[in-house]
Amino acid sequence: MALSNVLEIPTSGFNFENVARNVALEGLLEGGHTKTPKPMKTGTTIAGLVCKEGVVLGADTRATSGEVVADKMCAKIHYISPNIYCCGAGTAADTEKTTDLLSSNLTIFSMDSGRNPRVVMAVNILQDMLFRYRGQIGASLILGGVDCNGNHLYTVGPYGSIDNVPYLAMGSGDLAALGILEDRFKPNMEMEEAKELVRDAIHSGIMSDLGSGNNIDICVITKQGVDYIRPYQESEYKDKRQKRYKYGPGTTSILTEKIIPLELEVVQETVQRMDTA
Amino acid sequence: MNTRGLRSQLKDSVPVTGMGQHIGAYGVQDTLRSGFSSVKNELLPSHALELSEKNFQLNQDKMNFSTLRNIQGLHAPLKLQMEYRAARQIQRLPFLQSSHLALDTLKGNDESISFEDILNDPAQSEMVGEPHIMVEYKLGLM
Repeated sequence: MALSNVLEIPTSGFNFENVARNVALEGLLEGGHTKTPKPMKTGTTIAGLVCKEGVVLGADTRATSGEVVADKMCAKIHYISPNIYCCGAGTAADTEKTTDLLSSNLTIFSMDSGRNPRVVMAVNILQDMLFRYRGQIGASLILGGVDCNGNHLYTVGPYGSIDNVPYLAMGSGDLAALGILEDRFKPNMEMEEAKELVRDAIHSGIMSDLGSGNNIDICVITKQGVDYIRPYQESEYKDKRQKRYKYGPGTTSILTEKIIPLELEVVQETVQRMDTA
Repeated sequence: MNTRGLRSQLKDSVPVTGMGQHIGAYGVQDTLRSGFSSVKNELLPSHALELSEKNFQLNQDKMNFSTLRNIQGLHAPLKLQMEYRAARQIQRLPFLQSSHLALDTLKGNDESISFEDILNDPAQSEMVGEPHIMVEYKLGLM
């Protein structure tokens, strides 16, 4: 359909046409009893630390939407490149899409140059992207990876702030997790000790924070490769249902029954052979 | 030849229009889609990012060119801008979808993916402009 009022091709990217409408709708809905749907957040505990042989990242697996648990087995540790993984806290869709974009960009770079990307590249791309949108993209990320310069752990905030630290926790349960990490972290830890420490940190986040829960995922990145253990530890409070909730036939009593037979007469019959050779 | 039209063909400035106005049939505002018309809605951006996103590419270019001028001298941005102008002219008529391949390669957009490539792709646009009007606007005859 050709429109006479379109003078230029619409630009690609974000479209702000519906903002005024949404603001008006919110105003109308607040007066009534209906609420606008809340986006799914990953109110979360994520943690990471640098050990002797590599980087260990950990995350819980609960995703909440308001006061309801939206996903009990959410994957919060995202793949960026063979040597870099990223934990994401904040709005689930934002972390998912941002890490996807980052992964695509780094893949293009790898194909161009034939090298594995460095962690600083990932951090810079993320920082540029998030600062451009002034925090409207609600993604707090922990990036960990091993490259030619060593083992790195970075955090990127939603407004584009970055920090390079040996151990880290983010999300709504970060205070609890950080307490454990501050107490027991030592530089150049052994791999098993590091995994136990991250597990304990996430565990304390799960215990103390409503937004975190269910299982614990651990991702170990070393020069040799990546070990993504999902789940590292399953929650003790699993769904142990006592009965089956399907209704058997005869649960509802039938009061009356009326059968009307449909009379069909054959009007035309054609036979078409299929060649099945 | 109409030189005024030729200059407009090379226009690289964002035309000043209203913010997100749905112009419906007969040239009047589409009340169903954008509510009652008010001067405030027309002039002020409704979202914090609307203005900055509209001019983002322009501002980035300006920043990069001025840095380049400070480092390498005036010739560097001049040469680059000449190449950009030449590459921008390689396109089909306004109402058709052009690939901007040369321009993308010069700017480095062929090696990166951002929200411009995923959201609101003009190739998937549901609306087609009226060919004559779009060409006239592009040439500055309107």
